[in-house]
Amino acid sequence: MGTVLDFIVPAAYFIAAVMFIYGLKAMSSPVTARRGIIWSGVAMAVAVLVTFIHPKVEGNYTLMVVAIVLGGGAAWLSARRVAMTDMPQMIALYNGMGGGAAAAIAGVELLKLTSGAVTLDQVTLILAVLGGIIGAIAFSGSLIAFAKLQGWMKKSWRFTGQQALNAGVFIALLMMGGVLTFFEPTPEILALFFLTALVMGVLMTVPIGGADMPVVISLYNALTGLAVGFEGYVLQNPAMMIAGIVVGAAGSLLTQLMAKSMNRSLSNVLFAGFGKADEGSEGMAASGEMKAIDATDASIQLAYAEKVIIVPGYGLAVAQAQHKIWELTELLQARGVKVSFAIHPVAGRMPGHMNVLLAEAGVPYDLIYDLEDINAQFPTTDVALVIGANDVVNPAARKDTSSPIYGMPILDVDKAKNCIVIKRGQGTGFSGIENLLFFEDNTRMLYGDAQKVAQGLIAGIKSLG
Amino acid sequence: MEGWVALYIFMLAAFTGIEIIARVPAILHTPLMSGSNFIHGIVLVGAMVILGMASTTIEIAVGFLAVVLAAGNVVGGYVVTDRMLEMFKSSGQKKE
Repeated sequence: MGTVLDFIVPAAYFIAAVMFIYGLKAMSSPVTARRGIIWSGVAMAVAVLVTFIHPKVEGNYTLMVVAIVLGGGAAWLSARRVAMTDMPQMIALYNGMGGGAAAAIAGVELLKLTSGAVTLDQVTLILAVLGGIIGAIAFSGSLIAFAKLQGWMKKSWRFTGQQALNAGVFIALLMMGGVLTFFEPTPEILALFFLTALVMGVLMTVPIGGADMPVVISLYNALTGLAVGFEGYVLQNPAMMIAGIVVGAAGSLLTQLMAKSMNRSLSNVLFAGFGKADEGSEGMAASGEMKAIDATDASIQLAYAEKVIIVPGYGLAVAQAQHKIWELTELLQARGVKVSFAIHPVAGRMPGHMNVLLAEAGVPYDLIYDLEDINAQFPTTDVALVIGANDVVNPAARKDTSSPIYGMPILDVDKAKNCIVIKRGQGTGFSGIENLLFFEDNTRMLYGDAQKVAQGLIAGIKSLG
Repeated sequence: MEGWVALYIFMLAAFTGIEIIARVPAILHTPLMSGSNFIHGIVLVGAMVILGMASTTIEIAVGFLAVVLAAGNVVGGYVVTDRMLEMFKSSGQKKE
């Protein structure tokens, strides 16, 4: 019997690993993406089921099932009920849970070590400790990211000496890790070690502003992958090693791509805290004044345009305006207007956030263009309609060398013949930087909640017959 | 498993991960992040093994916590990703 299990369990894990990689690969194209997640899901089911007959598992089956039902059930309910606009924080939350699980695995393994129940060789021990640190940081950090995006935590905590404190805590953490690895570990040190790692995750995340959260969530996602991979080695489980490291590597690259599309380095995101404008972002003084327009005039401009490009931003998500915007688009298309959507890589609160919302409203993905693909088209565009986007269309990034966002790639909406900006109020955006676009001669401001304004535009176009 | 073999596995897996994500359009960044978030939910397997081997009360408690958290990662990650991908349609396909 034992020999049969010794074959079946690793074979099932092997198949699962292949299917994970295939699934992730399929998820990298819009055509096959749905298939990809289903394949990955089947792989997960196979791996979990076969673990019940894993040779090392000796008992606690009831607890196992109860725990799966508890954790899985709660996640199922919350994931089904959450609105599409709140997806980013849910990803942060579930990611944090994975990191916490990896840390807990390290905890149990190290506990067994302190009680003398097992002995671990040096490599295993180092990876267990590293996985524990990384997992715990990803856990508490993700929970803070969740709280921030959920609006439970509005402030970004910054104080003098913060970097020094963080560095001190980090060094203390590494030292404790060293003690656990090379000396006699005690349960007290172990507890202190995990506590410090959790504090580290909190300290790392609290100073980071909401605008940078996508990058941070992606980073913690990659970290959880690493932690899972390391604990996979500790448990001698190749499926965990492969899936964990694939995610760790893919996630690291994704994090870099995201940071790059904001024209910032990762260290800048983590340590500079520019997400809020505490540094008093001066920048070029805007000349001229903002010129308002009402919904009726705006709808006439749109209706008689030949080519319209819609640029959505976080304001669209807040107002849940995606369905109205699609309705507006269909009306314009019926009048023969060529409408496309331009999406900045960091519009919204995660990369692709806008794509998801537009997809929810039923916008076909072939109407949606990335920055590189559409920027050349703005000069031949009659109306660029900016909906609740701010920094990603700020020409200061091109013109003003003193601006904190100088050099960031932006959508060149200011080059369109006309530009209409839908915006809730006159204030500056998330970063607190003055937007030069609003003062351009060809820009008109359309104030109001994006959904209500879209409703007004729809009514305006319908009245034209 | 020997350390060197593990290192080779880590190296190959890392290249695979980079290769998969390198040519992805921005439109899929969020679903892919969400999908990879689901895939590291494989930690559930490790959590189950840890709980299955646990003997003392504290080991069982921490192991139980590990399984609860990991199951949340798996199920939440799957449902969120699936809901997102469900919505992606091209103009060729009929909506609804």
